[in-house]
Amino acid sequence: MYVFIGIMWLLILAGGGILVVAVSKISISGYGNEIDFLFASVIKAVIAILFVIVWIVILNKLKNRIFQKQITS
Amino acid sequence: MQELIEALIVSVVAFFVVYAITPFLVRELGKRKLAVPDVNRIGGAMIPRPGGPAIIAGILISEAVLFLAFPSDPRNIKIIALMITTFLAFIVGLIDDRKVLGGWFKPLALAVSAIPLVLIGIYDSTGVYDPNLIFPIFGSVKIPALYIGIIILMIPITGNTINSIDVMNGIASGFMTIASFSLTIALLIMKNYDVALISLPLGFASLAFYKYHKFPSRIFPGDSGALTLGAMYGVIAIIGRAEVVAAIALLPAIINSFLFLSSVKKIVEHRQIKNPTTHTEDHKIIATKEKDAPITLVRLLVAGKPLTEKEIGFTIFRLAIFSGILAIITAFLMEVRI
Repeated sequence: MYVFIGIMWLLILAGGGILVVAVSKISISGYGNEIDFLFASVIKAVIAILFVIVWIVILNKLKNRIFQKQITS
Repeated sequence: MQELIEALIVSVVAFFVVYAITPFLVRELGKRKLAVPDVNRIGGAMIPRPGGPAIIAGILISEAVLFLAFPSDPRNIKIIALMITTFLAFIVGLIDDRKVLGGWFKPLALAVSAIPLVLIGIYDSTGVYDPNLIFPIFGSVKIPALYIGIIILMIPITGNTINSIDVMNGIASGFMTIASFSLTIALLIMKNYDVALISLPLGFASLAFYKYHKFPSRIFPGDSGALTLGAMYGVIAIIGRAEVVAAIALLPAIINSFLFLSSVKKIVEHRQIKNPTTHTEDHKIIATKEKDAPITLVRLLVAGKPLTEKEIGFTIFRLAIFSGILAIITAFLMEVRI
């Protein structure tokens, strides 16, 4: 269980890093300031949600691997 | 010096209000026959429930003291936001204590409880919250469109997470004591002194309630108690700009919810599912052999060998301390940039 918590922690740190590096640079231009800001914000939000989904899928696979013995017992 | 006096006052008030009210509540609930069986106790003793009113009284009175003692302090808007949202979460829990509602009721009602927090944040210029998600080492990312959604989701998630770990004597209050003090330390490290001060009643109210909730329990917090603790924790994470740190301190409870949801594959009221554990002849707790029972943190802990209820509680507290240490390390890493 400690290993699983440790892996979750590292995944949060790594996921946060990827999110900051990949998402914070996104900007849109050409539709007017407010629309640009809204579009960029929505795109960032969609990418962030996709990251969360990927994070959950990875955790699910890790869970099955780490706790396989206990789950099937 | 003033901050230390404030911290002392708010901690003492929160602790002693809960400590003093809970025995009275135990008697009153007993008289009204508002009690539920303790399924893990030999003989299935009836335990009064809910203890939520004592917890919310401790939190609201201590926060009100902080508010009234320093009425012009700019942090007061955060206290108001916290009190409103936490009180609404308590009401949601109280309704659920009195009447078993569908699995979707609590998440949706808790999401509604978060709306005052969102609105106060939008209309207050001093910044009740900041729509930046701050991560350790790498910095922050500004996602205004997502952040409102995070607030709306945070309260149901933290509320239900604490509610779903409230499965045995003392676990919810003991776990919340460890997690909230870890969060307070993390807030101090992040130099967010005002919110650290505001967060103290959560830890001290939980600690005082643990005195009566620990094995063998004299009272159960009920949904009103668990949702109050969880929702307040979520609000502190938001107004303290410590969402990531708060999530890390809560990891064992999050794992419990994650295991449950990934095995049940739907949102369902926990009273409607099969018990994931059963008892040995010497009344220790062991994982059930039923394949369709959900996987939970407790089921995994007792999969290897049977444990007593008290041993399970202390195992979960050790996990909470481990997560709390990771949260504090994360708070230190918030100051590091590459």
